Amino acid sequence: MKTTIYSPESSLRDLASIPRKIINDIKMARTLAWQLALRDVRAQYRQTMLGFVWVLLPALANTAIWLFIQSTGIVTVQATELPYAAYVFAGTILWSVLSDAVNAPIEQTNAAKPMLAKINFPHEAIILSGIYQIGFNATIKVFVLLVAVVMLGVVPGWSVLFFPLVLMSLIMAGTTVGLLLAPIGMLYTDISKGLPLVMQFFMYLTPVVFTVPAEGLARQVFLLNPATPLITVARDVLTGYPPEMLSAFFAVNLGVLLAIVVMWVIYRAAMPILIERMSA
Amino acid sequence: MDEVLIKVENVSKKFCRDLKKSLWYGVRDLTMELSRQRDSAKAQLRSDEFWAVNNISFEVRRGQCLGLIGPNGSGKTTLLRMLNGLIKPDTGRITMRGRVGALIALGAGFNPVLTGRENVYVAGAVLGLTTEEIDRKYEDIVAFAELAEFMATPVQNYSSGMHVRLGFAVAAQMEPDILLLDEILAVGDARFQIKCINVIRRLQHNGAAIIIVSHNMVNIMRFCDIGVYIRNGELLQSGGILNVSSKYREDIEVASGHHTPSGVHSGSGLVVGAARITDDEGKQVSRIHPTQPIRIHVPYELEADMAQRQVAIGFGIIDYDGMFYQSELEPQVFRGGQKGDSGHFIIELDQMLAASGSLLIGVSVWSHPDGELLAWSRENRLTIQQVSKNNGRVELSPRWSVDYR
Repeated sequence: MKTTIYSPESSLRDLASIPRKIINDIKMARTLAWQLALRDVRAQYRQTMLGFVWVLLPALANTAIWLFIQSTGIVTVQATELPYAAYVFAGTILWSVLSDAVNAPIEQTNAAKPMLAKINFPHEAIILSGIYQIGFNATIKVFVLLVAVVMLGVVPGWSVLFFPLVLMSLIMAGTTVGLLLAPIGMLYTDISKGLPLVMQFFMYLTPVVFTVPAEGLARQVFLLNPATPLITVARDVLTGYPPEMLSAFFAVNLGVLLAIVVMWVIYRAAMPILIERMSA
Repeated sequence: MDEVLIKVENVSKKFCRDLKKSLWYGVRDLTMELSRQRDSAKAQLRSDEFWAVNNISFEVRRGQCLGLIGPNGSGKTTLLRMLNGLIKPDTGRITMRGRVGALIALGAGFNPVLTGRENVYVAGAVLGLTTEEIDRKYEDIVAFAELAEFMATPVQNYSSGMHVRLGFAVAAQMEPDILLLDEILAVGDARFQIKCINVIRRLQHNGAAIIIVSHNMVNIMRFCDIGVYIRNGELLQSGGILNVSSKYREDIEVASGHHTPSGVHSGSGLVVGAARITDDEGKQVSRIHPTQPIRIHVPYELEADMAQRQVAIGFGIIDYDGMFYQSELEPQVFRGGQKGDSGHFIIELDQMLAASGSLLIGVSVWSHPDGELLAWSRENRLTIQQVSKNNGRVELSPRWSVDYR
């Protein structure tokens, strides 16, 4: 018979048993994560007229703004190899996937507070469900993006077959950052209030609407930003350009893989302590 | 069947009264947890903290049902949340053997804009059921909830009773070894309550260990064989449910202010004192059996000469719920006398018939027929021993039979 012991000792005391526990819990969490994702996706658009159009509207709006800014010459954007419209649209869509993934762990955990406070269920399900939802939205976005890119005269090459992998690495990278912020974000709402500001600022330091500057401090900052290779490679793969920054891309992904394991362990250990403060 | 399924050993939990500090302590606990330094040796109260649960121990065996009772804010729910693994104890150790089912937040996880059907799948998944299991049990769930015609309706249009019914119908599909219940029997109509009761009974017969948190003593007495009474986080009494519940009832009465020692109200010339309560042999008693004959002796003294007159005795009993009994007894001739004369008014009762708990007995003396209050001996305390698992305020001995036509 399954015996569970609850005691004050840190759950990280016995590190060796943690991988098995995580794998078990993820197995148990899959159905729940799927149902939660289904629930949230359905509920999100059920009370709207435009439905799934809302998945795209923010990216469309951002693209329109930047096309306007560029065409009026308020800000001069360095010439891109791609048509600028395709460059901005692809950049904005990819950025929105990354930024959704950063937000998801805090958002999902916050939304699950009433459940967390009263029901014992594998907490992995919250994060998994967030990943499923972002995956779902990203699929819609990428599909529209592909159509748009083709209409703008860019023909994606065979490299587009790798795109799902690249998209996954974007989601994983975002989730890792989100998981890092979630525990503190559950205690202090400063995190969720400040995050949109920081993300907006970060967007301009990533080749989303601008290209990587040719020289100067700005170039250094762009190149140090780990999101730069992710976005660049994703856009290149999608539009059939030979991917630049491949080695940086792999380095970032390796880092993400290592970090996500650590963050996952931390998130698990942190939850009971956070729940205590939620409703105490 | 005497296997221990729930074992709670010296468990404590502290909470913080101040939000800012609580959040900061959260950060500190988090650091301790993540740096693997957290353990019970470091469980000391920090500023503005208090023990919400303090050093509680008990066991529940297979097939046993434990009633967790205590006033609001005594730590019952906190204890239950620790048993459910939602929060960690600060000291001690909890061992849970077997699958744990909690009927606590029925319908948590429901999304208001989704239909009943969609929400059944979410609620089922939350309880750990797979999609196929829910598919299989779906018809049973709908039938149990009696909501067949509302399954396509968004849950936000449900009444609160329907909401809980649907949540319970899903939860009732579990077959746990350990069942935790928090006040769920307080909701729903009579029909729903009968269903709840039957589900709990079935699980109890199947050998689940059950813990019930409730303020409703009727439900506690119905299911529980053992009890734990906590107040301000401390264990006051544990053991057989009869003892625990009568202790709890006595304390409720104390808390509601019925405990002031016999007060004496003096009228014109006649003074009465605190009543002495005896059994029929004249031996003083303070704790009686519900069917035992008693006599209430109220001493009087005359502070002034009093002529012979008609008086009536008012006799009242107050229990935890207010007036238990009140009447004005037949007027009689009171002889009166000279200043300094004394004696007793005696009231005899064949049996008290009060079910349990602490009673306050009041005796007043009225002048007849003008209705002037002459003297009043109030708040004479008498405790009735609980002898059966009957609920309610009156101890009757009904019999039953069937009339076949």
